[in-house]
Amino acid sequence: MSAAKTDRNRLGRLDSFAVYAVAYLVFLYLPVLFLPLFSFNESIYIAFPLKGFTFEWYEAMVSNAGLIAALTNSVKVGAVVAVLSTLFGTLAAKAVTRYRMPGRGLTVGFIMIPLVIPEIILGIALLVLANMGGIPLTLFTIGFAHMLLCVPFSMLVMISRLEGFDKSLEEAALDLGENAWWTFWRVTFPLAIPGIVASLLLTFTISFDEFILAFFLAGTDTTLPLFIWSQLRFPPRLPMVLALGATILIISFFLVAFAEWLRRRGVQAEKTSGV
Amino acid sequence: MSDTTFISIRGVTKDFGVVRAVDDVSLDVQRGEFFALLGPSGCGKTTLLRMLAGFEAPTKGEIFIDGQPMSAMPPHQRPVNMVFQNYAIFPHLDVRGNIAFGMRKSGLSKTELNAKVEETLEMIKLPGYAKRGANELSGGQRQRVALARALIKRPKVLLLDEPLGALDKKLREEMQLELRALQKSVGITFVFVTHDQEEALTMSDRIAVMSKGEVLQVEAPMRLYERPSSPFVADFIGTMNFFDGSVRALADGCATVDTGPLGEVRAQAEGEAPGVGERVVVAIRPEKMKLNFKAQGESVNSVQGRMGPAAYLGERSHFYVHLDGHDRPVAVAMQNMERPDVWAGQSDQPVWLSWSQDAVVLLRPE
Amino acid sequence: MAESTAPLTPPELGEFRRGWVERLRALFLRSEPTRGYSLLSPTLGLMLLGLAMPVAVLVVMSFWTQIYLDFDRTPSVANYVDFFGKAIYPKLLLKSIRISATVTLVTVLLAYPMAYFIAFRVKRSKLVWIILITVPFWTSYLLRVFAWKVVLGYNGVINSGLITLGVISEPLQFLLYNPTAVIITLAHAWAPFAILPIYVSLEKIDRSLLEAARDLGEGPFMTFVRVTLPLSLPGVIAASLLVFIPTVGDYVTPTLVGGTTGIMIGNIIQSMFGKAQNWPMGAAISVMSMMTITLLVCAFLWFTHSFRKRVA
Repeated sequence: MSAAKTDRNRLGRLDSFAVYAVAYLVFLYLPVLFLPLFSFNESIYIAFPLKGFTFEWYEAMVSNAGLIAALTNSVKVGAVVAVLSTLFGTLAAKAVTRYRMPGRGLTVGFIMIPLVIPEIILGIALLVLANMGGIPLTLFTIGFAHMLLCVPFSMLVMISRLEGFDKSLEEAALDLGENAWWTFWRVTFPLAIPGIVASLLLTFTISFDEFILAFFLAGTDTTLPLFIWSQLRFPPRLPMVLALGATILIISFFLVAFAEWLRRRGVQAEKTSGV
Repeated sequence: MSDTTFISIRGVTKDFGVVRAVDDVSLDVQRGEFFALLGPSGCGKTTLLRMLAGFEAPTKGEIFIDGQPMSAMPPHQRPVNMVFQNYAIFPHLDVRGNIAFGMRKSGLSKTELNAKVEETLEMIKLPGYAKRGANELSGGQRQRVALARALIKRPKVLLLDEPLGALDKKLREEMQLELRALQKSVGITFVFVTHDQEEALTMSDRIAVMSKGEVLQVEAPMRLYERPSSPFVADFIGTMNFFDGSVRALADGCATVDTGPLGEVRAQAEGEAPGVGERVVVAIRPEKMKLNFKAQGESVNSVQGRMGPAAYLGERSHFYVHLDGHDRPVAVAMQNMERPDVWAGQSDQPVWLSWSQDAVVLLRPE
Repeated sequence: MAESTAPLTPPELGEFRRGWVERLRALFLRSEPTRGYSLLSPTLGLMLLGLAMPVAVLVVMSFWTQIYLDFDRTPSVANYVDFFGKAIYPKLLLKSIRISATVTLVTVLLAYPMAYFIAFRVKRSKLVWIILITVPFWTSYLLRVFAWKVVLGYNGVINSGLITLGVISEPLQFLLYNPTAVIITLAHAWAPFAILPIYVSLEKIDRSLLEAARDLGEGPFMTFVRVTLPLSLPGVIAASLLVFIPTVGDYVTPTLVGGTTGIMIGNIIQSMFGKAQNWPMGAAISVMSMMTITLLVCAFLWFTHSFRKRVA
């Protein structure tokens, strides 16, 4: 009798946790899902009731020159930041996971700092530095700032990837006659590729969506988030912003979902096939 | 250094920060030898092996292989190959890819290489496995592929890090004999690390017993077992009975030792004999103790005790005899076929132990 | 290494030089820290340039003063005097801290059951749940805040929806442009940052520890309190810090949904570098904010550390 009672309790608790989890997901996604919803709405007011279905905002988005320019800039900056951050992050991750060094914890902590300081402070500090150094504000300054944010993320992704795989694989390759470069090429790189692709996608997304640092470090060329910000004070433009937002969200969602899947699938595979 | 010395380790010390893992070790390994580094975990044997491979650099001292100093040589240039403890099979390559991995610079054509791989597969008794994926292999198969991968390069020295640790008992015993046969047929110097003394005794030509970073004794298995040089080694290899005592007299290479509970013991005193009055440890192997239910009428190398617990192990049995004044029971091992009568004895029954003079090993106390 | 004791004659010099290169090479090979740090050096260099230098310059600038469009570089504490003198600055900083603390509390409390669910209740499709949780983490912060502006607005989604459904006749005023709106928006935007660290530390808990506790007589709730909760504390701490520290300085959310009552210290800092054009003052406020945050974080860590000691 008591066994049945426990079972029912457990079932009850299982349900309540699951209910909570679903509700939480709804809370997490719902506000954001209104953006795509109203982007197809035939009205410049973002309010119920829905008026009608239209693509006009998407058409406006595609033909807006300022938007296209900002989009191009964001893609350019994002691509460069992704490649460079992944490179720096991978080197750092390799150093941290493969070598014994005194002060390693402190060094890692130092590299992680951009993740925990308020972005506004980082932004103004860089602005001040640029000003003092006579450096003009361009896409390069934005890119540099983004790298500071993306390198720690890339390092984190690569650390979790490298830690999951066997140090002795690289030693075995060295032992069998390959020098450091060939060992990297024949063993480390093939096994790390899922992590590298994930890092590229994630850092690209971060840079692409990043607003605060870009706000302080932009010159005449703007990125897409800055473009969105500039449009927010004009109500008639809002639906176009929604269309843009919806597009960005959908693409980001798939990019990131794919990256996360890659990253975690690889690590799990290693763990199960290990001795 | 003799002509047959192949590996020479001279005064090698390795520190990891404040921890001294290897302490001033000097060793010689002969060409074609199957050499074991034996010791409990943390004794420095794996560190020493890794220094031979080049993955750690000695803090002090020098290593020579075939006369060449190794200090400036990184692992990929050394004429040494290693079989790792967890085998380190490349998961993204198949068996052929793994075995042929180190042959990229060998200059062989694709067909030649494939033939060589197949030949090596035959040698490790896995013919036709070339296309198998790495994660389709069992533990024992991985171990053999790791072995093949190293051997195909015909290194001057093969290093093995606890190669049989992950295998189950039966497989391990099989592999011990196979490895030994393999080594003899290929003629390569093997250096292997283990914490299993039975394994070391079975496979090696010589064993170096290590503890806390130091090498305590280097000896062939039989002599190591019969004539250990210290209580640690004596206890680590097989089981041993220990008794404290002091030397009463010394004459004609024979020492008379007073041991309290064990009575008067006469033993061979060879080499650096202890002096009169010195404290010694008397060590006697359990199988060298003779057990009788009647007094033997001897005053030396004999003592009376009481029968204690017994353990039956199939081919042999272990009996434990209590001695007055000795806190631990004396272990006595006997083949059941030879002495079926002992099991008829009763607990606490008086028994007499005796042993021969050359069964006694005299050791310096630690 | 064998050291030569004989004096060097010219033919031996060549060997000495070769030996020198060999020795350098051997030193490089012997020293793991050397190889490790040389691999790290590009990244460290980047961080020093992008982190240490700017912050240092910022601190230096906080001791300057703004004269019209230029900086007076004579060191002075005028900005700091102003900071404490004008009540608005410390008050706003404290208000921002209060808001962030509330956000942190709400976010972590809401996130914990979610992380627990994924770690303990999901058996087969864990990867899917993790992806669902992680994805919002990476997507545009600006858009997420903007979404709430849309939802909470006077003519926004909630109001128009409720009016259409006939629940209310007049739009609700209190939804937007106040600190509560800021709190809700921030809690939503930073939720993923809280879930992940808590999930990671819950996932790491050795399940046999829980079984042992049950075996020794504790019911499910007490097992949670005595085993799971303490072991997940590092994750909770990490989550709290990850949410608290960045939100103190946020200005995007207050600007979009805070209105006049919901502004935070970040808005002031931003204006100092924008319309108000007083960079040194902005630097000083930033320095004060950073120091306050650091002090609070240290206090928080000390408190949780001693709490853990007492509970253990």
